[in-house]
Amino acid sequence: MSTSTTSAPPGTEDSPPARAAPRRRGRAPARTGWRRALRRDWQLYSLAVLPLLFFLVFRYLPMIGNVIAFRRFEPGGSIFGEDWVGLRYVEMFLSDPTFWQVFRNTLWIGGLTLLFCFPVPIVLALLLNEVRRRSLKRFVQSVSYLPHFLSIVIVAGITMQMLASDGPVNHVLGWLGHEPVRFIQEPEWFRTIYVGSEIWQTAGWGTILYLAALTTIDEDLYEAARIDGANRWQQIWHVTLPGIRPTMVTLLILNIGTFMVVGFEKVLLLYNPLTYPTADVISTYVYRSGVESNSFSYAAAIGLFEAIIGLVLITSANQLSRRTVGTSLW
Amino acid sequence: MVKPSRSYRVFQGVNGVVLTLVVLVTLYPFTNILARSFSGERQIRAGEVTLLPKGFNLTTYKIVFQDEMFWRNYGNTVLYTVVATAVAMVLTTCYAYVLSKKNLKGRGVLVGVAVFTMFFTGGLIPNYILVTSLGLKNSVWAIALPNAISVFNLLVMKAFFENLPTELEEAAQIDGLSTYGTLFRIVLPLSKAVVATMVLFYSVSFWNSWFSAFLYMDRTDLMPVTVYLRNLIQGATGGGNAGAGTEQLSQVAANIQSVTIVLTALPILCVYPFVQRYFVSGVMLGAVKG
Repeated sequence: MSTSTTSAPPGTEDSPPARAAPRRRGRAPARTGWRRALRRDWQLYSLAVLPLLFFLVFRYLPMIGNVIAFRRFEPGGSIFGEDWVGLRYVEMFLSDPTFWQVFRNTLWIGGLTLLFCFPVPIVLALLLNEVRRRSLKRFVQSVSYLPHFLSIVIVAGITMQMLASDGPVNHVLGWLGHEPVRFIQEPEWFRTIYVGSEIWQTAGWGTILYLAALTTIDEDLYEAARIDGANRWQQIWHVTLPGIRPTMVTLLILNIGTFMVVGFEKVLLLYNPLTYPTADVISTYVYRSGVESNSFSYAAAIGLFEAIIGLVLITSANQLSRRTVGTSLW
Repeated sequence: MVKPSRSYRVFQGVNGVVLTLVVLVTLYPFTNILARSFSGERQIRAGEVTLLPKGFNLTTYKIVFQDEMFWRNYGNTVLYTVVATAVAMVLTTCYAYVLSKKNLKGRGVLVGVAVFTMFFTGGLIPNYILVTSLGLKNSVWAIALPNAISVFNLLVMKAFFENLPTELEEAAQIDGLSTYGTLFRIVLPLSKAVVATMVLFYSVSFWNSWFSAFLYMDRTDLMPVTVYLRNLIQGATGGGNAGAGTEQLSQVAANIQSVTIVLTALPILCVYPFVQRYFVSGVMLGAVKG
C-alpha cells in the first residue's frame, strides 16, 4: 500500500519539469541505467537522502495515515489504526448536524473571502501602477506589505483590540451616537470581521505578483493603443488587464484550491463558543473533535473529506482555465 | 508632449486620496496599539487613545518585563527560530542543489515528490498522531522537523542555483573538488543573496508561527511568545498564564495585550525596512520560475 501511494504522485508530477526542458530527455547515456548514474552521482544522491526522508515521514506518511478515517484508532496504538470499520466514520459525520453547520460556514467564509480578497490586490496594483512618483509608490507598497510579515496571533490581537468595547471602532460609533457593539461576541459580525481583517493583512502583499506582471507588459502596446486613440481607461481595459490575465488566472486557481481550508489559524484565534454558529469551519471542527475530544478517526474522516474536495476543486479549476483561457498550473 | 486630459488629472487626484486612505487604514492599528501600550488604563477605557498615548506611563511595560514567563517564552521563540531555521536551511539547500542538476537521473521524480505536497497534504489529525507517536512532543523538534522544507522556498532556491554559471562548477570538478566541496566552496559562496533571503523567509515564518507549539507543547514554560500572546488574548481575564499579581494584571489586561503585541512584533518591525526588498525579489523569482 505504501509504495503505491508514494510512487504514484511523482509519476503524475513527472511530466511538467520534463516538458519544460525537453533537451534533458536526450537519453543516450541515461539508457545505460541507474547503476552508472549512481556510481557517477552518488554524492549528489546522498545529499537528497535527508530531504527525501523528510518528505516521506512528514508529508507522505500522514497522507497514508488518513486510512485511520476507515479504521478504528486507539491512542498509543499503531498510527494506521487497529481494524477496518469501513465507512462508519463517514456516515457518522454525514448525519451529524454540526458537520453540516460547519460545512455551510466553510462555504460562506470561503466564498466571501474569494469574492472580496481576490479582486482587491488587482485594483490596488492597477492604482499603484498609475502613481508617477516612484518614491511615493515605493512608500505605499512598503506600508501595505507590512501586515503580511506579522504573526497571525498579532493580527488577531490587533483585530480584537480595534473592535474591543473601548477600541477605536466603538469610539467612532459612540461619536455617531451609536451604542457600543460587542463585535467579538456577536455571531452576525464574525464573517465581516474575518474578511475585513483578511483584506487588511493580505491586500498589499497580494499586489506584488500583479505589479511584477505589470512591468512585463510591452510599452509598445500602450504606444499602439494611444495611436489608435485609446484613452487611459481603454488602455487599462484592452492592454493592462489582458497583460496580467495569466497571473490573475493562476492566483484564482490557487485561491480556489485553498477555498476549503479557510484560514484555520485565524478562525481558531478569533472565534469563541458564542460565535460558533457562524465562525466554526470544517478545519476548526476537525481540530476540536480530534485533538480536543480525542475522536481521531472521526476527525480524520472529516479532514480527508475536506482535503479531497480541495483537490477536486483545484484540478477542475485548472482544467476549466486550461480549456477556456489557456492558462493552467500544470 | 500630450497633455494629460482633465479626466485623467481628476483620476490622479482620486487615486492619491484612495492610496492615502490605504496607507492610513494599514498604519492606524499599529500606531493605536503603540499608543495604547504607553497609555493609562483609565484613558484607554474612556476610548481617548487614538494616535498618541494619553496619560503616558510605563507601568504596563514594567509589569510585562517583570513577568518571568514572558521572558522565558521570548527566549523560547529565539531558540526555536534559530534551531528550526538551521534545520530548514540545511535540508532545503541540499535538496535544492540536487534538483538544480539538470542532468541528474531521476530528477523529475525528485521534483515531483516535493511539488505534489503543495497540492495534497496529510491533514491535521494524521500529522498530530505522527508527531505525537514519534515522541516529539514538548521538544523543539516538533516545531523544526515537520516544517523543515517549504516547497516554495525550495523552488526559489533551485531556480537560483540553476542560473549559476555551470563553467565554475565544472572547473572546480576538473580541479578535483568533490560534489560536497563544490557545494560548500564554490556554489554557496556565490549564493549569499539567496541564502540570506531563505534565512529571512524561514526565520520570519518560524518567529511568527504559533500553532505547532500550541499543538505539541504541554508546558507553559516551553511556549513561544506567540502562544503567550494567544493565551493573553483568549483568556478573557487576561494574564492567563502569568504567576504573580493576577488582580493587578487583569485590571490592565488590555494594556498588557498591547505591550505584548508591540514586543512580539518589534524584532520584525526593526528588520522589516532592511529585509523587505529581499522578500519581494524572492517572491518575484519564485513567481517567475515556480
